[in-house]
Amino acid sequence: MYITKRAEFSASHVCSVPGFPEERNRALYGSAANPHGHGHNYVVEVTVEGAPDPVTGMVLDLKRLKEILNREVVEPMDHRFLNREVPPFDAKVPTVENLAIEIWRRIAPHFTGAGARLHAVRVYESEDLYAEYFGEAPWSA
Amino acid sequence: MVRLTRRYRFSASHRLHTGALSEAENRSLYGKCNNPYGHGHDYTLEVAVTGPVDPETGCAVDLEALDALVRREVLADFDHRNLNEELPDFAACVPTSENVAAAIARRLSRRWAEAFPEGRPRLDRIGLRETPRNSVALALPRRLTKEQDES
Repeated sequence: MYITKRAEFSASHVCSVPGFPEERNRALYGSAANPHGHGHNYVVEVTVEGAPDPVTGMVLDLKRLKEILNREVVEPMDHRFLNREVPPFDAKVPTVENLAIEIWRRIAPHFTGAGARLHAVRVYESEDLYAEYFGEAPWSA
Repeated sequence: MVRLTRRYRFSASHRLHTGALSEAENRSLYGKCNNPYGHGHDYTLEVAVTGPVDPETGCAVDLEALDALVRREVLADFDHRNLNEELPDFAACVPTSENVAAAIARRLSRRWAEAFPEGRPRLDRIGLRETPRNSVALALPRRLTKEQDES
């Protein structure tokens, strides 16, 4: 069974590759390349897979998942300028793809034990655009 | 690999009716959707693509190329049209959500290799929401798009 928890944060970012000329960044990222930055209300959905515990009826303790998301994602990213304040986005372009991968990387260590397994991280940059990351293992097969 | 989903919208009219059934059978099967004058919906289309994230740009897809392809192959023909009367896709099949999603998948697949000559990302899934209460999803097998890319 899959269970999904949602979290939200608002942040600014710039999408541009530091070494590229401005025209090339404009061509690649459009208005997202504006060097002064712009912002989004990001929505993160974390989906976990597992069997409900026969006693508690829960796949995992959602309070714990909320704490993990707050500590690893919302607190460090909410109302921040991602490129300047949230590593690794000083060195990596904070596209919605890279955000999904980074959020996975931050929360995956909390799912290493037996029990619920991290299935997907979905990041909405807007209502009309989202990226999903499922980890690397299933894809390499 | 990351899956990226982009949402688009179009408005269109249609009528659900098949020549294979009698008038009474059509009415009973399709209900209000069989109204001879047709009716319309604000459709929401989801196009999901899967590909590796370019380590330099952080992108899995050229969104401008995807938007241009969807606009040209789908929205330009579907938006503010009567699907039954104006689109050859539905000359021989009923424009149910299922068939509309399949037609959109065919249209995007046949031009995919031109839009994405590097062979990535791949077209992964088509979602189509006809009303807030009805939606379909079509997962595209890896093989299907690959064959179409090569043809």
